[in-house]
Amino acid sequence: MKFVLLVLSNFKRHKTRTILTILSIIVAFVLFAYLAAIRTAFSAGVSVAGADRLIVRHKVSLIQLLPQSYEADIERIDGVAEAMHMTWFGAIYKEPSNFFGQMPVNPEEFLRMYPEFHLPPEQRDAWLKTRTGAIVGRTTATRFGWKVGDRIPLLGTYWRSKEGDRLWTFDLVGIYDGAPETDTSNFYFRHDYFEEMRVGGQGMVGWYIIRVKDPKHAEDVAKRVDAHFENSPAETKTETEKAFVKGFAEQAGNIAAIVMAILTAVFFTILLVSGNTMAQAVRERMSELGVLKAIGFTDGQVLRLVLSEALIISIIGGGIGLLLGWMAVSAGDPTGGALPVFIFTPPARVLGAVFVILLGLCSGALPAIQAMRLNAVEALRRE
Amino acid sequence: MPNPLVQLKGVDKVFRRGSEDIHVLSNLDLSIADGEFLALMGPSGSGKSTLLNLLAGLDRPSSGSIDVAGERIENMSRAQLAHWRSRHVGFVFQFYNLLPVLSAERNVELPLLLTNLSSSERKKHVRTALEIVGLSHRAKHTPRTLSGGEQQRVGIARAIVTDPTLILADEPTGDLDRKTGDGILDLLDGLNRQQGKTIVMVTHDPHAAARASRRLEMVDGQLSTEMAA
Repeated sequence: MKFVLLVLSNFKRHKTRTILTILSIIVAFVLFAYLAAIRTAFSAGVSVAGADRLIVRHKVSLIQLLPQSYEADIERIDGVAEAMHMTWFGAIYKEPSNFFGQMPVNPEEFLRMYPEFHLPPEQRDAWLKTRTGAIVGRTTATRFGWKVGDRIPLLGTYWRSKEGDRLWTFDLVGIYDGAPETDTSNFYFRHDYFEEMRVGGQGMVGWYIIRVKDPKHAEDVAKRVDAHFENSPAETKTETEKAFVKGFAEQAGNIAAIVMAILTAVFFTILLVSGNTMAQAVRERMSELGVLKAIGFTDGQVLRLVLSEALIISIIGGGIGLLLGWMAVSAGDPTGGALPVFIFTPPARVLGAVFVILLGLCSGALPAIQAMRLNAVEALRRE
Repeated sequence: MPNPLVQLKGVDKVFRRGSEDIHVLSNLDLSIADGEFLALMGPSGSGKSTLLNLLAGLDRPSSGSIDVAGERIENMSRAQLAHWRSRHVGFVFQFYNLLPVLSAERNVELPLLLTNLSSSERKKHVRTALEIVGLSHRAKHTPRTLSGGEQQRVGIARAIVTDPTLILADEPTGDLDRKTGDGILDLLDGLNRQQGKTIVMVTHDPHAAARASRRLEMVDGQLSTEMAA
């Protein structure tokens, strides 16, 4: 503690340089918070994907439909507890940019399959009773200011309605919530209504979701499902929900890898910037460090002084940067809805704090070792 | 000599430059009594600064022994020497070597940070040291706002604040005009006479050396002449 003032006093030496270094660290950590939130957004659902759920889709691609009759076949396969289906609806609300997922489902099956979605009991009952009823996640409801009781018009891009050609109208009967990392942007409506009203495609669905009896045997069940439909007109590809969600997210590229590449470049640059600042700071006061050694400071004490200085710069810059980044991320999704789970998660915050400490230690390590090895006689001769 | 505080026996210091060995000190014997004010004179390169560094434990001899207040220091490790210096040596430099970002009192406090004294005890010691050098009124000033003579007084306060066994001064008046230098010499003289401090001062200046109780001339790494005070 008594050395703190000595460490802090060194920041008065070159105020502009210290401030610029701290600013560059702030920028790096704001960027870190933002990129971490983007990464979370793109992997939304992966971390909460059920370990006991499998996705069965057409072997050729996700947009090829599967017969609805498969559901009964799948449920008979050994290891399958239950199956349900979904279909990509892909309609537009007002503007094409107002993107969010819409899927017709059988409500009871759906709510059993996805216990992580929390829907109040009265809204659940209303959905079961209302053929045109739909539920939506909190993110999208907030985004468009929807409330229970609203009529939601959607313009079909692929599916046409018998009633209104491309226009489909739903009654919003419920708004569901979930854990912070749960994607609450989707819109679900009843498959029986969809089946009755759609023009074409009757008896076909997009994909199946299976709940397996034992998650340990999920891979075996997946193999049995694909083997069952082998050589049929619609062969299947079955994978865990985690792999499916990850694959879906990676349609836009391997976001995690891109984010990691950017972050690595940013931190490497920042390491050079603050490492250079520290090296310069130590180089400029070799004779002062020599004086400290002459009056009795040990090599270890001098090492700790320089390292503390680097750590303090990193903690001030990194701390402010993480805080500002957190505030910026909390202000909301910058795309206006394309990234529904845009949050700076607690694990990412801890990782940020670890990076702050690592940056301090790494940027201060070389100058600190140099100061530690300094020979007092040599240093005093430089005067 | 009745009571030697410092005793050097057969001290050699050899520096290696390329393939050449340079003998800076050769078979040097020296005793310094407790309470003595010793001036070391001699031309540049004669080995006086090297001798001062050896006495300070900043460097180790190539051979020979150095005994200070009953402790053999020539074989101590770097860490042991650092601890030893913090207890036994007060250094006064030619160019003051104060930390420019610290006030006078904080500069004086530096050696005390290595002790177990509390903050209030450290402040008390600092106040006393600054009073001795006559700079209590400039305690809050940074070196930049002090004159050369005042900076050297702060340097002396820093050297005496831990009440060390030995004060080593390397050309303490070398950067000062005659009048200011005399003030510094008066101060060192007072520390020696009134407080019994043992002082070893390296100087080129015969006028400064004349203030010491004993003067030694160094030539080519050996003590050649002992001049009466």
